[in-house]
Amino acid sequence: MAGRVLVAVKRAADYNARIRVKPDKTGVDLSNVKMSMNPFCEIAVEEALRVKEAKLAEEVVAVSIGPKGAADTLRTALAMGADRAVHVQTDLEVQPLAVAKLLAAVARREQPGLFLLGKQAIDDDSNQTGQMLAALMGWPQATFASKLELDAAAKKATVTREVDGGLETVRLALPAVVTADLRLNEPRYATLPNIMKAKKKPLAVLTPEELGVDASPRLETLSVEEPAKRKGGVILSSAAELVDRLRNEAKVI
Amino acid sequence: LSTLVLAEHKGGALQPSTLHTVAAAAQLGGPLTLLVAGDASSAGAAAQAASRVAGVAAVLAAEDPCLAHGLAEPAAALLAAVERKRDFSHVLAASSSYGRNVLPRAAALLDVQAVADVSQVLDPSTFLRPIYAGNALATVRALGQGPRLLTVRTTAFAPAPASGGSAPVEAVAGEELAAAQQAAGGSEWVGEDVRKSDRPELAQARVVVAGGRALKSADNFRTLLGALADRLGGAVGASRAAVDAGYAPNDLQVGQTGKVVAPDLYIAVGISGAIQHVAGMSSSKVIVAINSDGEAPIYQVADYGLVGDLFKILPELEAELAKLGDLQ
Repeated sequence: MAGRVLVAVKRAADYNARIRVKPDKTGVDLSNVKMSMNPFCEIAVEEALRVKEAKLAEEVVAVSIGPKGAADTLRTALAMGADRAVHVQTDLEVQPLAVAKLLAAVARREQPGLFLLGKQAIDDDSNQTGQMLAALMGWPQATFASKLELDAAAKKATVTREVDGGLETVRLALPAVVTADLRLNEPRYATLPNIMKAKKKPLAVLTPEELGVDASPRLETLSVEEPAKRKGGVILSSAAELVDRLRNEAKVI
Repeated sequence: LSTLVLAEHKGGALQPSTLHTVAAAAQLGGPLTLLVAGDASSAGAAAQAASRVAGVAAVLAAEDPCLAHGLAEPAAALLAAVERKRDFSHVLAASSSYGRNVLPRAAALLDVQAVADVSQVLDPSTFLRPIYAGNALATVRALGQGPRLLTVRTTAFAPAPASGGSAPVEAVAGEELAAAQQAAGGSEWVGEDVRKSDRPELAQARVVVAGGRALKSADNFRTLLGALADRLGGAVGASRAAVDAGYAPNDLQVGQTGKVVAPDLYIAVGISGAIQHVAGMSSSKVIVAINSDGEAPIYQVADYGLVGDLFKILPELEAELAKLGDLQ
């Protein structure tokens, strides 16, 4: 392949953060919530780095779409080992189609051999961006990847996908889009020296206007509410009592 | 108002996820068309099964070798071409690994922002969907004109009856099939490693028996949990920790990043109840927790709890259930 790998990263509420809905139901309260790189994006970055370390690519470029804070997430990707970063800066609420259009515009400039993303972001859980990017580029896609093998000579990627009921393997002509599932790899931690070095790596800032993309939302969020809380139940004393309750009280067996 | 549902089938056998998606489509009102795509060995049988689903007004069948394995590129191109030609107001697919692979790709081809994982239809443009792993529920409205594309959280809609209908089957037009053929070729199907199991599919099962790392081995998982699941006619699930430890295959993982289930009865064995796991099972009707740590967070969502050594409790439980005879 010997080209470039693009990897998309999203800044999202940390996966351990406690999520609270705002009292006025306009959204989730993210003030004082720790923000981190979306875990699936971390896996995608790790995979991109491994492709480069295997000498199957020369350069890894991290891309993020979002407000100023997204630059922190790009610095994390740079500290993990990405060579440079592109930040498409916007304060709009960017939805998957808009993100895919912006990533496609960056892809047309950068001409990667492979575009890696996480399978979904753990904030809006949409699981759409990679598929949409692939459609817009007219490239093949492999979502939910748990294994990636590149054949540089043949310009093909063989990808194992986690699907309902088991695993599926597909072979894609490059360039292609691959979205990372949980078991693709274990992402590395950024070391302090690398965090320092990352501050000097190039980070380009673009806007949707410069890329010629209308990124305005197509969905309007009318309200965000907390799900009905489950109440803790009763601790029983024996298996016999449990079976009796399931049969005669809950009536589920 | 008219709705197209992308059917999901395995070798011609219609998948239960399709019946749940039809049920969601029925709530929109308006005539309902099922689109079945496959090769010569499967498309015909799947179309026949689709025509019998209650509430289906018409079946569109697309048969071509390129549609054999449900690859996203030809399937999405077909879906987009059918929508362009026939102008349905809504296009739905299950939020399964197949639907989530294909529908967003088709949505981008149509320049539509799809709505993922719809758990409730409020009106033809307004939908409820879980975000933040189910820690919040968003009501979203699709803006502007024209088709609404949705994936449907199957556990949120009771399945439509698989029989009772007699919809006519029509082949898609040449131009629609040509769109699929033109999009194929960039990807090829190499193979699959799909577990054969007599147990019900995890996402559809009425009873789920799930285990955590406390099961200590893959053998215990198979024998102890398997026996309990079989006794109840249920499926086996696993926590992420159990999957990472190699006790259970990845597709049995219940949680935010695995399967979301909502059975009548969920028995969590040796699972502490991490937020990510609870996100995948908290809509279950009745939850039972069995754990050695009585302070484990799983008890905050469980209706019934037993505290103690699971290696002692599970055989007792199975013996008690055996007294009831056949529960399946």
